[in-house]
This record gives sequence, structure tokens and C-alpha cells, in this order.
Amino acid sequence: MAKQLYWEDIEVDDEVTPLAKVATTQMLVKWAGASGDFNPLHYEDTFAASQGVGKPVVHGRLKGAWLVQLVTEWIGEQGFLKKFSCRFRTVDYPRLMKTWNESQEGETWWCKGKVTKKYVEDGEHCLDCEIWVENGKGEVTTPGNATVILPSRG
Amino acid sequence: MLPEEVTKFIGQGGDVRIFEVEKGAIRKFADAINDRNPLYWDEEYARKSRYGAMVAPPGFFGWPTKWTGGSVFTSEATRELSDTLRKLGYGRGLAGGVECEFFQPIRAGDTLTATTVIKNIVEREGRTGKMVFIIRETTYTNQDDDLVAKERRIFIQR
Repeated sequence: MAKQLYWEDIEVDDEVTPLAKVATTQMLVKWAGASGDFNPLHYEDTFAASQGVGKPVVHGRLKGAWLVQLVTEWIGEQGFLKKFSCRFRTVDYPRLMKTWNESQEGETWWCKGKVTKKYVEDGEHCLDCEIWVENGKGEVTTPGNATVILPSRG
Repeated sequence: MLPEEVTKFIGQGGDVRIFEVEKGAIRKFADAINDRNPLYWDEEYARKSRYGAMVAPPGFFGWPTKWTGGSVFTSEATRELSDTLRKLGYGRGLAGGVECEFFQPIRAGDTLTATTVIKNIVEREGRTGKMVFIIRETTYTNQDDDLVAKERRIFIQR
């Protein structure tokens, strides 16, 4: 884990340390099993086409879980994620697999964020952040917000 | 305007499910997103941490002790509502977003009580025509009756 972040270390407009992710069809299968989301929209071509998205799409909640990881890695073990939200604005399509464990070439997604507010509330040292997932073209597909509590040097 | 056969579902649900937070399920979840945080993987490490035990990644609530096919999230009322909307021509569905508020960490071994209600159903005009937003809220409490999280899921049918 990265070294512990303290509230005093951060200013408004500071960047959240970015996190790269690659969605693959294999990751979608694992996510379905681990999360319990068995909507065929995420694994069946014909059904996905009937839903107007063309082909199977990355689970919104999976992208949400990436954003949670972005924030929890950044705030470190002594930090606490208080509020989290995101909207599934645009669909994303996973990379296909080349071998049993390697994906084909393709898109890499970046989870990013920026501090928008720094304040103390009820004795807790808080930050509000804008967070988002960018696709390979740099377009934001999944915008969101997070509120975190950080330890203070006092 | 949405018809009464749709709006009558607002406030419905109230179904209660029991979730068990197993360490194997935590690891499987962390593995699916490729998160190697030792709090999700290493029991010894987690025991010595401020949490005193393995924790669940925020947004993961374990698995219900029983559920009836399909998805772990859908309740009877949600299914009926979706079917009603489908018959009215809103045949396409897509998750719209999620909002969570966390009050306490969730630890491996916790048993959560999850109560879900349909908070709101609203119709909006989108680029591709009319869309219906279904907002469901789940409240999670643990075995000590502590409120641990609130979660709102937005589902869109169009």
C-alpha cells in the first residue's frame, strides 16, 4: 500500500493518484460471479443487441468498484470512504481475450479524480472529490463523487 | 405521466434479506477487480490493522443467505415493476448509477440485514425518447444493529 495520506497534505484541486484498468471479457465473467449481477446484457451478444447497446457492455457497478479502489488506495488504510456515487453515463466494451489469461490489444481505462473541497465537519477532516472513469479516447464514461475522511496530523 | 399501475410501486418493497460477509466472497470480489489491498487478502495483516479483521471493499455487502434466481438484488416488487414497464413498452433496461453512504466498516464474519424499498419512479425525456428511472434504496445494518451503509441504485427502463 502507498504511504498514508494526511488531510494537511492535500489542497483543493489536487489530483487523486490515477489508477489504470483494463476491462476484459474475463473480468466481466469474474465480476458477474463475484457480485451476483447475472444480467445477460454483459455476456450475450443477441440480448445486448436487443437492448440497444450493440454488444455486451462492462457492468456499471464494476466501473464503480474501480472508482472505489481508486479512492481507497489513495486515502490509505487510515482513511475512510464516507460517501460515494457515480453515474453510468456512457457504455464501455471489454477487450476480448487473446490467450486464456491475456487480453487482446485495445482500450485502457483510467480512473482519475480531483479534490473539490477541504473542510472539517463534526471534528472529522473531510475532502470532497470529483472522480471519473475515462475510456481509451479520454472521454468520461462514468462520472462520480466521493467524500473521504482522512487522519489529521493534529 | 406514469400510470397508477407503475406509480403504485413507490414505497413498496420493504423486503428484508440477510447477507453473510464471508472472507472467501471478499477475496473473490477483490480478485474480480484486481484489487490486492492486503485488508481483503491477508487475515494476519488485517488482524493487526485498525480494523482488527478482514474488511469488505466499500460497496460489497456479501451474499444473501437465500435468493430466488436471476440476481441477488431483485426483489418481488422490483420484478413486478419491471414487467409492468416492459408491457408498457419500456423494454430496454440499463443500470443508471449508484450512490452509497458508509457509516461503519463491514468486516468478514458480519451478518447484515438489508431492507430495500422503491424510493421513487420518475419519467424523463431522453435523447432516444421516454425513460423511466427507478430508484431503490437499501439500508444495511449489522449483527449489533449498527447502521453500516445506505445504498441507492438507479435503474433505467426505456
